[in-house]
Amino acid sequence: MPEKNGTDGPNGAAGNGSDSSSAGGNGAKKRVAVIVEGAKAVRTQATQEIKALKHPEKTDLWKSMLRVKHDETPRSRALGVLSNVFLHLHPAKINRDAVAYRYTWGMGGMTFYVYITLVFTGTLLMFYYHPSKIVAFRDILYLEHDVPFGKLLRNMHRWGAHLMVIMVELHMFRVFLTGSYKSPRQFNWVVGVILLVLTLLLSFTGYLLPDDQLGFWAVTVGTNMARATPLLGHDGPFGRQLGMTPFNDVRFGLLGGSIVDANALLRAYIWHCVAIPIIASTFMVVHFWRVRKDGGISGPAPVMLESEIKEPRKF
Amino acid sequence: MDLNQLWRIISTPDNVPIVLLMIVVPFYTWYGLSQAFANDRLVVQLEADPALAKTHHRKTQPWKPGWARDVHVWPYLLRIEFLAAIIVTLILMVWSITLNAPLEEPSNPTLTMNPAKAPWYFLGLQEMLVYFDPWIAGVVMPTLIILGLMVVPYIDENPLGNGYYTYKQRKFAIWTFIFGFIILWVSMIVIGTLIRGPGWMWFWPGTTWDHNRLEFTVNRDLPDVFGLKGRVAKIIFGAIVMGLYSVAGAIGIHKLLNLTPFARKIYKRMSLVQVVVMQVFLISMLALPLKMVARLVFRIKYVWVTPWFNV
Repeated sequence: MPEKNGTDGPNGAAGNGSDSSSAGGNGAKKRVAVIVEGAKAVRTQATQEIKALKHPEKTDLWKSMLRVKHDETPRSRALGVLSNVFLHLHPAKINRDAVAYRYTWGMGGMTFYVYITLVFTGTLLMFYYHPSKIVAFRDILYLEHDVPFGKLLRNMHRWGAHLMVIMVELHMFRVFLTGSYKSPRQFNWVVGVILLVLTLLLSFTGYLLPDDQLGFWAVTVGTNMARATPLLGHDGPFGRQLGMTPFNDVRFGLLGGSIVDANALLRAYIWHCVAIPIIASTFMVVHFWRVRKDGGISGPAPVMLESEIKEPRKF
Repeated sequence: MDLNQLWRIISTPDNVPIVLLMIVVPFYTWYGLSQAFANDRLVVQLEADPALAKTHHRKTQPWKPGWARDVHVWPYLLRIEFLAAIIVTLILMVWSITLNAPLEEPSNPTLTMNPAKAPWYFLGLQEMLVYFDPWIAGVVMPTLIILGLMVVPYIDENPLGNGYYTYKQRKFAIWTFIFGFIILWVSMIVIGTLIRGPGWMWFWPGTTWDHNRLEFTVNRDLPDVFGLKGRVAKIIFGAIVMGLYSVAGAIGIHKLLNLTPFARKIYKRMSLVQVVVMQVFLISMLALPLKMVARLVFRIKYVWVTPWFNV
């Protein structure tokens, strides 16, 4: 753009100048010549600019979006990862063996990907669902039979949820087998356990939402256990002695009532769609942050020998 | 052999994850342990040859002098992540196109489903309801599982096996986790899904789910087996049995941790708090299979009977 202004400016000024000074018979001819000259200049400029499009990475527009050069230098590769908001969780370089699928099983990353898929499909599902006892079940029928790709959407959300639970368990299994919870990653394991619980709770709260027999009885069975909570449930040990009834115990708090009904549906909906996703996302942020801060993924580390064990610190 | 019934159970859409679980858990167990054994062989080799231990790169992954130690994330990691995302999307798409999510009749509080099952990942807890009262199976045990998992890094004092697969250097830890995860958690889910039928009765795979089946079993409390009558006697008896179990369990675990010189060395590193915490969780965990045997084989309902709670 600055180049264009540069060439256009003087041309326009010259044209104006000749316009005002000459008023004779040559005036028309001169004017045509000026216009032709101007047109030629525009044409050369246009060809130049079209040629420049072959290198879009040199335009200001491109630079403004990507901020750094992307050429074949190691520095650019590193900056491409580090200066990108979506990729900056990664370091610029990692150990050559850390990319081995055999070691990581890829379960942590895939869990996160499935979670994103679930947020996406779940948000779309929310457009068609009312968390109300009267219409909830009908909304599912509508979704399955009338909404374009509604059935696929619901299926993906359902199976994605199951897949996520399986992947979380396998991720935990891998982390245990490789001893990755050991120093300095102890606390990240604790965060991981919290995320496991949140995953199960997310899945469980979603179970009630179709308001069908399956979800209703699963949640009835599940929340009936809460009535047996020691001290806080009316059927639990010492619950009665502490004044617990079906109308003030922990189960009442979970369901918003003494039976699984409209309030329970609304509560499950809010926990499922708003509260737990926010809490889980927060813990995920911490989890990923700690992976980086604790020195990246744990291995594959060089094996240690028994003879190399250091004496523990004495107090 | 009722293959139709078997197929109906396996092909129920919500049971498909369990079928998947039964495939992926053994696969990944083998996948992880095979690398563990490979690393163990390397450890043996390095321990026999101290000169080699000084120069070896100490991994089973290939390595040649002159190779760069690090690689660029772009493209070497990002391409894998991209590929994984595509594959997961594909699997999820194909799964969702071929199999419909279950939708039963509208919810009806007056019509109880039989069997009424929790989602599959909670079936282990529901199966526990057979052996324990709801306050243990539904509240205490889940809390202990969560807390037990959380304390793992703080009681595992073994400095070996940090960041690589190994079996030999972490026998106790690996066995504990495999026992808890596969033998208790996964197999109880499988029992809850494939074996428990109407009335939560035990139907071997391949037998018909008979909704009219009645089971005549007399479950007795342990104090009654010994002919105790009084309430106070039962409370004291139960407390003694529980105490004896805890002491026996603690001694057994203590013996196990002193089995080999290496285990003894690691055990000695643990502080008293760590030992106590570990014992509490392990003894609670072992109580589950013991109670299962007591209930399924010896028909014992409660061990400790009190007016306030039963164990």
